[in-house]
Amino acid sequence: MITITNLIMRFGRTPAVDDVSLSLDQGDAVALWGSNGAGKTTLIRCVLGLLRYRGTITVGGIDVRRNGKAARMLIGYVPQELGFYDELRVDSAICYFARLKGITNISPAVSLQGVGLAGNGGKRVRELSGGMKQRLALAIALLGDPPILVLDEVTASLDALGRHEFVGLLRQLTGSGRTLLFASHRLEEVRSLARRVAVLERGRLLRIDDCARFAPDAQHAAVLHLHLSADTRVPAIRALAAGGFSPTLNGTGILVPVSAEHKAAPFRILAEAQIAVDNFEVDAADHSSAPPVTGDRRRESSTPSDCEVTQ
Amino acid sequence: MSTVIPAAVAFASRRPPSMASNTFCIARRELRDALKSRWFVLYTLAFVVLGLAVSFVSAAGTGGTGFSGFGRTTAGLVNLILLVVPLMALTAGAATIASDRERGMLAYLLSQPVSPVEVLLGKYIGLGASLLAAISLGLGACALILSWRGGVSSPQTILWLAGLSFVLALGMLSVGVMISSLTRRASAAVGVAIFVWLTLVFGSDLALMAGAVALHLRINELFALALLNPLQVFKMWSLHAIDANLDVLGPAGLYAVEEYGRSLHAIFAASLTTWIAIPLVVSSIVLARKSPL
Repeated sequence: MITITNLIMRFGRTPAVDDVSLSLDQGDAVALWGSNGAGKTTLIRCVLGLLRYRGTITVGGIDVRRNGKAARMLIGYVPQELGFYDELRVDSAICYFARLKGITNISPAVSLQGVGLAGNGGKRVRELSGGMKQRLALAIALLGDPPILVLDEVTASLDALGRHEFVGLLRQLTGSGRTLLFASHRLEEVRSLARRVAVLERGRLLRIDDCARFAPDAQHAAVLHLHLSADTRVPAIRALAAGGFSPTLNGTGILVPVSAEHKAAPFRILAEAQIAVDNFEVDAADHSSAPPVTGDRRRESSTPSDCEVTQ
Repeated sequence: MSTVIPAAVAFASRRPPSMASNTFCIARRELRDALKSRWFVLYTLAFVVLGLAVSFVSAAGTGGTGFSGFGRTTAGLVNLILLVVPLMALTAGAATIASDRERGMLAYLLSQPVSPVEVLLGKYIGLGASLLAAISLGLGACALILSWRGGVSSPQTILWLAGLSFVLALGMLSVGVMISSLTRRASAAVGVAIFVWLTLVFGSDLALMAGAVALHLRINELFALALLNPLQVFKMWSLHAIDANLDVLGPAGLYAVEEYGRSLHAIFAASLTTWIAIPLVVSSIVLARKSPL
């Protein structure tokens, strides 16, 4: 359904995707796994024909570069965060994108019901929460029942409950022979949705694992998702970086990769910097950021994965 | 040669929407958004109020006889249009693509079965229609006031002004869209658009005068240089269309009428068409090649 052959995409001289080949059959579900900058989102954008690339990508046998419009007819896409026409009503948004997909007989109410947004058609998009916007994006992606779904870290900006609900919804929707390609840095998401996991690092495809056998590198023990007020995020990142961590901004706060024995260290650093943490979550084996560096700047030794290399 | 997978064929048998369909869909959305936006309301209001002020003052100045042919009112309206319409069109065009790019909407739109050219044309046509509405409201209100005050002896004058204003607006919108397609941030795009507006309104006049004095430019060279500025072209064309001569522009105007006579309309039309076409072509190339992110 999707065939990627020798894909190369560079930003200037920096390779974002470096000679990646990957093939998805009908009904396949492949997770793109890797740290920030691994090339997951870039690969997805190439599949959508949003970026210029070298190599070949075909979707349903259609060359994306030559006939991107026809190829995108086969794809429903959900981005990480939906930058939408805020003043548009939800049902108008559905109708607008339906027209762009060539669908004339659409019932916005049915589409919204399918993603748990029944009764929200009359609201303005700006009135929706982050999770509801993602559901709207999913409703739009599913318009016309496309055979392929492409998702780009769709739960990154959601809280734990929103994430759980959204993944549950995706599970219901993707078990019907639809091909799924998605980027994620959350293990539970990958285990829920994927059949295979394509591990990317610095743009290169390291291996493709069967999901049942997939185990992320042990150095990525956990990631703290710290919920902070908007004005304290940058000072928090500075304090944590000075303490030897590699935090990144993310939706409602910051993500801090930590090793198993240093999960509490970021809290101590933030307390010393007098930065209040509103809430936190601990995600196991997360690839949301660079490899963790401990509070005393020791880099954890990585444990080789015993996953089968199928590349 | 690639093989189309059968499973996809059933779905893809519904062909992607045509270019016209997508363009129209995006244009309609853009028009609706523009008509609800603050810039549209403010500019239209400013245009109507200033136009009415010009009409009142001019009509009063002619002793209530209204205007006929090229008079004080027309001169006032031409100058008003020269200031307001390009600013309106440039800023509207400059904000459109850059702001969509900034909030991720452009990438999202292009991840649908839509091509960059369709997005460009849709936005251009939608904004063009909103500018037409603003110009019609502004000049329509002026025409009503003038006919009430003294009777507009030549409705043709208002129609010429409206038509030429629209052509000027399309040219400036095209430049604005080009700026927008080249710029990442909407604020930067609008800043550049305002700089272009200042240059065209004030800078080029001063440069032309300075050039004429310093470089001893000949009259034909002055006229040729004036043709490079769409605002000058609009001014010359509207005066020529309304009064058939360009005496008011001095020696350059006299030269233009004597030298080119009836073909002046074609020359002015070609100049403004170029201002519409070239930036649009550049924008379409940029949008097709540049990342929408």
